[in-house]
Amino acid sequence: MRTPTGHEVYGMGAEYPSAASLYEAAKIVRDAGFKRWDVHSPFPIHGMDEAMGLGKSWLSAVVLAGGISGLLTAILVEFGPSWGLYRLVVHGKPYDWKTVPAFFPIMFEMTVLFSAFAAFFAVLIMNGLPRPHHPIFNWDRFSRATNDGFFLVIEARDPRFTELEARELLERSGGQHITIVHED
Amino acid sequence: MNAAPTDVIESEAASTAESRIKRAPLVLNKRNFSWITERISGVVEQPAPRWWWVCFSITGSIAMFGLFCLGYQISTGVGTWGLNHPVGWAWDITNFVFWIGIGHAGTLISAILYLLRQRWRTSINRSAEAMTLFAVMCAAIFPGVHVGRVWMAWYLAPVWNNYGIWPNFRSPLMWDVFAVSTYFTVSVLFWYTGLIPDLATLRDRATTKIKKFLFGVFACGWRGSNRNWRHYEMAYLLLAGLSTPLVLSVHSVVSFDFATSILPTWHTTIFPPYFVAGAIFGGFAMVLTLLIPARAIFKLHDIITPQHIDKMAKIILLTGSFVSYAYTMEFFVAWYSGNAYERFAFWNRVLGPYWWYWWTGMLFCNVLSPQLFWFRWCRRNILVVYFVCMCVNAGMWFERFIIIVGGLHRDFIPSAWGIFIPTWVDIWTFIGTLGIFTSLFLLFIRFLPMIAMSEVKIVLPEADAHAASPNGHHPVAADGRERT
Repeated sequence: MRTPTGHEVYGMGAEYPSAASLYEAAKIVRDAGFKRWDVHSPFPIHGMDEAMGLGKSWLSAVVLAGGISGLLTAILVEFGPSWGLYRLVVHGKPYDWKTVPAFFPIMFEMTVLFSAFAAFFAVLIMNGLPRPHHPIFNWDRFSRATNDGFFLVIEARDPRFTELEARELLERSGGQHITIVHED
Repeated sequence: MNAAPTDVIESEAASTAESRIKRAPLVLNKRNFSWITERISGVVEQPAPRWWWVCFSITGSIAMFGLFCLGYQISTGVGTWGLNHPVGWAWDITNFVFWIGIGHAGTLISAILYLLRQRWRTSINRSAEAMTLFAVMCAAIFPGVHVGRVWMAWYLAPVWNNYGIWPNFRSPLMWDVFAVSTYFTVSVLFWYTGLIPDLATLRDRATTKIKKFLFGVFACGWRGSNRNWRHYEMAYLLLAGLSTPLVLSVHSVVSFDFATSILPTWHTTIFPPYFVAGAIFGGFAMVLTLLIPARAIFKLHDIITPQHIDKMAKIILLTGSFVSYAYTMEFFVAWYSGNAYERFAFWNRVLGPYWWYWWTGMLFCNVLSPQLFWFRWCRRNILVVYFVCMCVNAGMWFERFIIIVGGLHRDFIPSAWGIFIPTWVDIWTFIGTLGIFTSLFLLFIRFLPMIAMSEVKIVLPEADAHAASPNGHHPVAADGRERT
């Protein structure tokens, strides 16, 4: 979709005066059946996931996988040398299977370390970040999204998107400064 | 017939009860979102004030001299320190435990208080986490250089080498390597994850191209999208959940360095909880030491309110009580065990050559001074709070010194007794790390938002999307979770 001036259209955005009005607007857009849309706020708004019809984030599964791989790495790194490559007897202390608890602290630390890396990289990858530029930044009012602005944007890619319907919906939900956001 | 009046009375009773349990606001003077952005970003955006340059030149010089001492020690040898038989661990390990302990308060605030839904943490978590990172950096210096041949320190890592030598994974010193390095790495990840939305704020406010570019790179293109917040909040929750057992494990492992030995006063099972409580105790004192001046200088009184200081003082009182209990228990167990060496070691702690360390450091600073915090007036008086925090900062250093050197200087047979006298290198290396720590903190408040803007905004009443809903109900998510 292009504007008469030849710009590719990214979507249509509206600004809302408060977190509460954005929350109510999100429910209206969700119920209208749109799929490709998003809200932007300076902080996470409580209950917004439900208002947008989004479920639980499955980032936790990635972190679990990270934790398991950390534990397995620790088992390999500790038992490989200690029971295979380089058997150590220190102070004449025992070194049989009963000493396994002495390996637990490092297993724990490695599990936490790998889980934390998994959480960090998963949040970036699942959010498609780092992404230095995004069409939404073309909207001059949008810089307030990291300060005190509340925004809702319906993408033109949404199969239900038509300029008229999107504008009517955003107006009905109490949106202000409704505008077309350019792709480039 | 009389149903209606009863309803009115009931609803009045309900509303007065509600107002009675109403909590004091976490941000005072009804500040709004943009005020928070302005005030906190303003600290970073305005040119550095003169006092900052004065402070930074002093702390920077001290840090440089500390680095010189380290260079001198590495190039000359461990003999430049005062350690010798029987005191093989002295200021180096004291400083290590002191610094690593300070870090713990930052993680307690950022992780444990998050899991406990303590919303007041949002005003202090960013700077406390930064403090954690800088304290762990200072801590890591000491075990690093006290190995003697620093260039051989990589043997601590389980790396395939030419000699086929591997570390002893059953050793608490090895656990320490893993615990401290994991702690530092996870703290950096947690801190940076929390910074991303605030870096985006600074990016959107940047006035020069260079600032816009740099903040843009580090903000990763964050645009406050709820589809992003959803994953972000889960990651934040999980990082908090991972950091909580991690922080408890770190000081437990540090205490194992001592507790797994057979030395009187070291060989004790109370050490892990005792050390963790002491770490949080000392760490909170350091958080207040840094935040009270910062709050006054940058006029952050509406964000870091008397309520915040009051709550931190209560945590100091609580953890100080744990520590006092542990001190008492140590004496009781020494008596109850009937072990002559153990009994002697504790008499020696009170009456031996280091008696005044115990009387001033442990008894006055750590046990008695926090008792002032039983009184509300003391918790609300900045000077009293600062005095107690300074006592605790010093007291916790003395405590570690007493445990380490106090345990070592009287060996089992008197012919092996000795005393520890620090050299100028010992003293200035420690003072140097104080310089490194404060310099890093000054750089932090200069270049990064010292308060988590996106998190403080959540505790404002207007951030609640449900307060203004028509029937005034306050829905919680299906799983009963409430965001902090």
